[in-house]
Amino acid sequence: MANTNFEKYKSDGSIQGNVLEWVDARFPATAMWKGHLSEYYAPKNFNFWYFFGSLALLVLVIQIVTGIFLVMHYKPDASLNANGVPVAFASVEYIMRDVPWGWLIRYMHSTGASAFFIVVYLHMFRGLMYGSYRQPRELTWLFGVGIFLCLMGEAFFGYLLPWGQMSFWGAQVIVNLFSAIPLIGEPLSIWLRGDFVIGDATLNRFFSFHVIAFPLVILGLVAAHILALHETGSNNPDGVEIKAKKDANGHPLDGIPFHPYYTVKDIVGVVVFLMAFSAIMFFAPEAGGYFLEYNNFYPADPLKTPPHIAPVWYFTPYYSILRAWVWPIFGLDAKFWGVVAMGASVVIFAALPWLDRSPVKSIRYRGPIYKTFLTLFVISFFILGYLGTQAPSYWGEKLSQVCSLIYFGFFLLMPWYSKVDKYRPAPDRVTK
Amino acid sequence: MKKLLLAFLFAPLMAYASSSVQLDKWPGSVSDKPALQNGAKLFVNYCLNCHGASYMRYNRLTELGLTEQQVKDNLMFTAEKIGEQMRVAARTDEQKQWFGAAPPDLTVIARARASADGSGADWLYTYLRQFYRDTNRPTGWNNVVFENVGMPHIFWELQGEQVRNHETHKLELAVPGKLSPKEYDQAVSDLVGFLVWMAEPMQEERKRLGFGVLAFLCVLLVAAYALKKEYWKDIK
Repeated sequence: MANTNFEKYKSDGSIQGNVLEWVDARFPATAMWKGHLSEYYAPKNFNFWYFFGSLALLVLVIQIVTGIFLVMHYKPDASLNANGVPVAFASVEYIMRDVPWGWLIRYMHSTGASAFFIVVYLHMFRGLMYGSYRQPRELTWLFGVGIFLCLMGEAFFGYLLPWGQMSFWGAQVIVNLFSAIPLIGEPLSIWLRGDFVIGDATLNRFFSFHVIAFPLVILGLVAAHILALHETGSNNPDGVEIKAKKDANGHPLDGIPFHPYYTVKDIVGVVVFLMAFSAIMFFAPEAGGYFLEYNNFYPADPLKTPPHIAPVWYFTPYYSILRAWVWPIFGLDAKFWGVVAMGASVVIFAALPWLDRSPVKSIRYRGPIYKTFLTLFVISFFILGYLGTQAPSYWGEKLSQVCSLIYFGFFLLMPWYSKVDKYRPAPDRVTK
Repeated sequence: MKKLLLAFLFAPLMAYASSSVQLDKWPGSVSDKPALQNGAKLFVNYCLNCHGASYMRYNRLTELGLTEQQVKDNLMFTAEKIGEQMRVAARTDEQKQWFGAAPPDLTVIARARASADGSGADWLYTYLRQFYRDTNRPTGWNNVVFENVGMPHIFWELQGEQVRNHETHKLELAVPGKLSPKEYDQAVSDLVGFLVWMAEPMQEERKRLGFGVLAFLCVLLVAAYALKKEYWKDIK
């Protein structure tokens, strides 16, 4: 729909009209406005789950704007100041105390990081439920997986910047994972750090990645994600292609213009989201140690390893999968295979469009096997997430192995169970 | 059903997570200004000799209801100007030699000490009341919450000397101090209050602002919802 040729704006003779005509002759202003907003037809039956795309965009903007102000005062410097505290750590407390409204900006950014993952996880789950990744939206899905990967990188690099104990040791653990790769692992991890341990060189390059490289890539991928979506049109809770049934004007019978209908609806979602966001930011910015880890209020100390190093909550499911692999095979470390499993657990989302062979898209018309697998997958994801926050234990390890099996089973068995599963034929038109 | 299943699966893990240290609940409040002032006095007289609070500026103490002159006269011993940070008098490299490790900066200690066992305030409130005599330690003191701690019991004159009963493992007051146990608990509570306040001096303002923001969002929600209803009334 985005590429339909819209007529150029014709001036009515007023000054604004003349300006718009002049612009429109040189820039696709009308075409973009109509193609992406006022004449982008979206299915009229979007439900609760369809708020999280626009909310992800909102959080991205929050992170970028607050980030710009944080960079004005933050110092990526691991050396010790006159008081014996790392400059980077002290500069965060400087923002919290001495910079006017600095605490608000910083809490918005730290709460925003977790909010980003909550919103994106819900957005992804929506895709799983309604088959949004299915043909013809494979590229939209792939760009989305790319955004998710970059977001994980962005969060990981950003977490080093406060230069607290968890920043330091978390980065140490994760970069060390690369050393498990045979032959090139050791030099690779040194190359990544720029030093033999996490140090000033690492802090500076992570800062660069966090504020320039990754945000640029994320913005580009978000643009591609939306362009691809608007090319095919949005999916909906029924998994019905609304373009198949059009009225005399060529508009989908079950479609309504995104603007004003979904812009005003999304404002409601935005306000509700901001209420939850504010409740955490103003009343529990640490979120019980999950958004801001308590140990990170100690400055980084390379000589003092914390007894329990846990990543932030949004990484813990994958961290559990990493820890679940305890068997060395083919003469390679268990750690190496753990890294492979962890990487695979994220990248495997990209394969979904080609794993699903169900004749219907939406969970509404799928059979009991898919529903069971999806439920088990979600439960495993939560359990893995919980286990990743805990210190290793015997039963924790066993449980994480079972859950990892279910996690991968959901994907790898999908070509089989999505095909043999019962289904009800999807309707021609969307339902309420 | 899902919830039940989760609870069932987590049950054995919860048992593992339970901790060995029992922390006493800090009884104070961060909005009790007189208590915070008393805590500030204890902090600069006792703690600040070895520990810095280097992200904290003296002039911020005026938020506890003190004038700049009162801060200068009563709480500033090592600094010249009111805008200076609360630095430690001793040098870190010397301290390293004395205690084996430089005493940590205390500005945000109340946030750093929080854990699944309790808040940072609970930990500090328990820790500062559970020093006992231990002749095996170079300082002559040990602590129940922080075993083999490098820090000596600097409040021993106030609290007196506790010893650990070898059978019950409970602490008993062997030599009374200047303060009664009740008074000592109160003094520690005040000090902890100050540490909690100092870790995030804007915390009261943050909550106040939060109520305002949420109230505004409630109004906005009504307006946004009405707008949506109006636009959508024709969509069937």
